[in-house]
Amino acid sequence: MDNLRELYQEMILEHARKPRNFGVLPAANHHAHGHNPLCGDEITVHAQLDAAGNVADVKFEGQGCAISTAAASLMTDMVKGKPAAEVETLFQNFHNAVTGKGGEEKLPTKLKVFAGVKDYPMRVKCATLAWHTLHAAMHNEAEVSTE
Amino acid sequence: MGAVTSMNTAKVANARKDFALFDAQPELAFLDTAASAQKPKQVLAAIEDCYAQHYANIHRGVYKLSQEATMAYEGARKTVAEFINADEREIIFTRNATESINLVASTWGRQNLKAGDVVLLSELEHHANIVPWHMLRDELGIELRIIPMTDEGGITLDAFKSVLDDKVKLLAITHMSNALGTCPPVAEMVKLCKAKGITTLVDGCQAVIHNIVDVKALGCDFFVFSGHKLYGPTGIGVLFGRYDLLEAMPPYQGGGDMIRTVTFDKVTYVPAPGKFEAGTPHIAGAVGLAAAIDYLNSYGRENIFAYEDELYAYATEQLQSIEGLTLYGTDVSRKAVLSFAVDGIHPHDMGTILDQYGVCVRAGHHCAQPLMKRLGVPATTRASVGIYNNKADVDRLVKAINKAKELFHG
Repeated sequence: MDNLRELYQEMILEHARKPRNFGVLPAANHHAHGHNPLCGDEITVHAQLDAAGNVADVKFEGQGCAISTAAASLMTDMVKGKPAAEVETLFQNFHNAVTGKGGEEKLPTKLKVFAGVKDYPMRVKCATLAWHTLHAAMHNEAEVSTE
Repeated sequence: MGAVTSMNTAKVANARKDFALFDAQPELAFLDTAASAQKPKQVLAAIEDCYAQHYANIHRGVYKLSQEATMAYEGARKTVAEFINADEREIIFTRNATESINLVASTWGRQNLKAGDVVLLSELEHHANIVPWHMLRDELGIELRIIPMTDEGGITLDAFKSVLDDKVKLLAITHMSNALGTCPPVAEMVKLCKAKGITTLVDGCQAVIHNIVDVKALGCDFFVFSGHKLYGPTGIGVLFGRYDLLEAMPPYQGGGDMIRTVTFDKVTYVPAPGKFEAGTPHIAGAVGLAAAIDYLNSYGRENIFAYEDELYAYATEQLQSIEGLTLYGTDVSRKAVLSFAVDGIHPHDMGTILDQYGVCVRAGHHCAQPLMKRLGVPATTRASVGIYNNKADVDRLVKAINKAKELFHG
């Protein structure tokens, strides 16, 4: 149970049960659809970017496991109002941390709860699907698939 | 499902000792045989012996060792033929069931199907029995028609008859759903097809594990299965084809071993099955598969089925007693497979949690995305039983599911 508590931290379970920023965003001007064909997880990210490319607002829809839902929920919380470059850096740091490349200390506290994912290689894509999809939306790519 | 108590199932209860995995991990509940089975020591020994003592290329050398290897390979073909009551000449070794279906699509399909013809599939099919026909549809303009299933995952004869017409040229159907364990009434369906001159292909991957298969009695034209789900090695599969059909079919791949004469102007082929086995085949794989069949026969297959049915009934009862758990595919025809979901816990989370408690299950779409869509779920968790499982495995599964509920729902 201890190992599982590492992976399924209370904050992850709480966000999976009650995801934040879930739904459509009428003002959104960038959208992307993400799909993990191995497990069937699906997500659509709606982002409202300002002229400079900063994330003014963001929401998501879809269905997936606790890890992917919580990752999307916490991601949207974190990137809202952030400049594009900062979002990129967050994505990089998050990706490095969950794939075991280190740099957990660079993550904001709320994202550190995903550090346990690195011990579950099969679940890395659950944690990163939302981030890949946001990245695609910001770069005008309509579809992203993690395999 | 009724357990036959008079059968000698006690012997089967000891089969677990034949698997080295459980020497190393006695507590492991391996409940994913429907995806691929563990291999008994007897199979591993046969493969080792093949490579160590009797190995050379087959059908070529005049020396004794090559003859031994050829006899072992052709002996394996005989074992497989007897296993499903076919003629040796009707058994083609492939890489797996997927390749067997692709072989039929590429050769029989291209030769016999034309634009407007219908290939009939069921809603239960594994991607391996969907995608090759899709590819052929794009190439030839054939139509794919789907036999709908009931909400319980069953296929009724009425549903089958409702989509049957003169355009149907091939029925390609699973004998037992890998995702749900439900079994369409294949024998009756084949009979109806025969009366109408419709060719039939049966995907027997799951069915051969849990039934005696007699292709002559069944009357199907093609029957496919993989070695690795039947406690044999990976990389070896079987295509049974009625001999007159095989004779008329063009070769699948070209190469050595499948030819009679080759000049730069003209090639002639050996008859089936050789015509469909280009290049050096998986010799040790065929030997390993035959050893797996011998292994199952040594316990008596009916004994194994009775043992598994009893365990399956126990597992079904135990899972049904868990609050918030939904079983999918509850049609009475089901066997050996339990596909389920627990309220508020995604199957992937369930899979990870069960693994932490030493329970191996499959979580996902089971290579049957259309079926998942029909059930209205993205995925399920699937536990399936095999010869080495016991009640302790089921109890571990139930305990782990309850731990998952505790973690998620507090």
